[in-house]
Amino acid sequence: MSMLNIFNVSGSAVSAQSQRLNVVASNLANADTVAGPDGQSYKARQVVFQTVPFAAPGAPGASAGVQVAGVTESATPGRRVHEPQHPQADAEGYVTYSNVNAVEEMVNMISASRSYQNNIEVMNTAKSLLLKTLQLGQ
Amino acid sequence: MLDRLTDSLNFQTQALVLRSERQRVIASNIANADTPGYQAREMDFAAALRAAGGGQGASALSATQAGHSSAGGTAGGTALTYAAPAQTNLDSNTVDMDRERAAFADNAVHYEATLRFINGSVRTMLSAITGQ
Repeated sequence: MSMLNIFNVSGSAVSAQSQRLNVVASNLANADTVAGPDGQSYKARQVVFQTVPFAAPGAPGASAGVQVAGVTESATPGRRVHEPQHPQADAEGYVTYSNVNAVEEMVNMISASRSYQNNIEVMNTAKSLLLKTLQLGQ
Repeated sequence: MLDRLTDSLNFQTQALVLRSERQRVIASNIANADTPGYQAREMDFAAALRAAGGGQGASALSATQAGHSSAGGTAGGTALTYAAPAQTNLDSNTVDMDRERAAFADNAVHYEATLRFINGSVRTMLSAITGQ
């Protein structure tokens, strides 16, 4: 049943996209934070997708899922704002905020949710086709 | 004698198996729409069906040369090709989402059509057997 494999493929994609959405949520939540867990300002994170070949019997290499290979941190310098009253201000009176680009994250969020929807639709179609196949000959 | 009853179903069965294979290939492409470096795969359905022994009208194929494979093979060895990208991407991903969505919908409809053909053949045979 090669159709059942679709659930593995689309399921892995949905899981990867939800992880991407999770990272976007964490970036957006920390868009205005000054200090991260290590005392430095928060660095924007990005997921890296990677193809996982699902070896299907009979057709090797035909179906390929997705996995999150890792999460990278953006190296761009954080936003520096002159706020001498701020408790985190340095000697020159500048506060380093996180380097999250809110516009970039919103675009990333829309792209992730569209991909998520696409894969859910693929699974729905595969499910309805399989159910019709089960009723074959009745 | 009995296999003559089901002979007419063989062609549709091959088509159904290949349709489900193609559905899986397109699902893989849609799943990897955001993976950097992924090359979209596609299946030449007509060539795959011919290779699987279906061909035109499901008639018996004759091997006229030494290199010809025998008719009635399985759908396992279907050759997949790489889709030619319509627009290039910076991350060298060649999945065209519009094309994949269209192909997915098209394939789903064809799958259902093949299912109906099989159902029709089964119903025809059943009414012939019951003789009513």
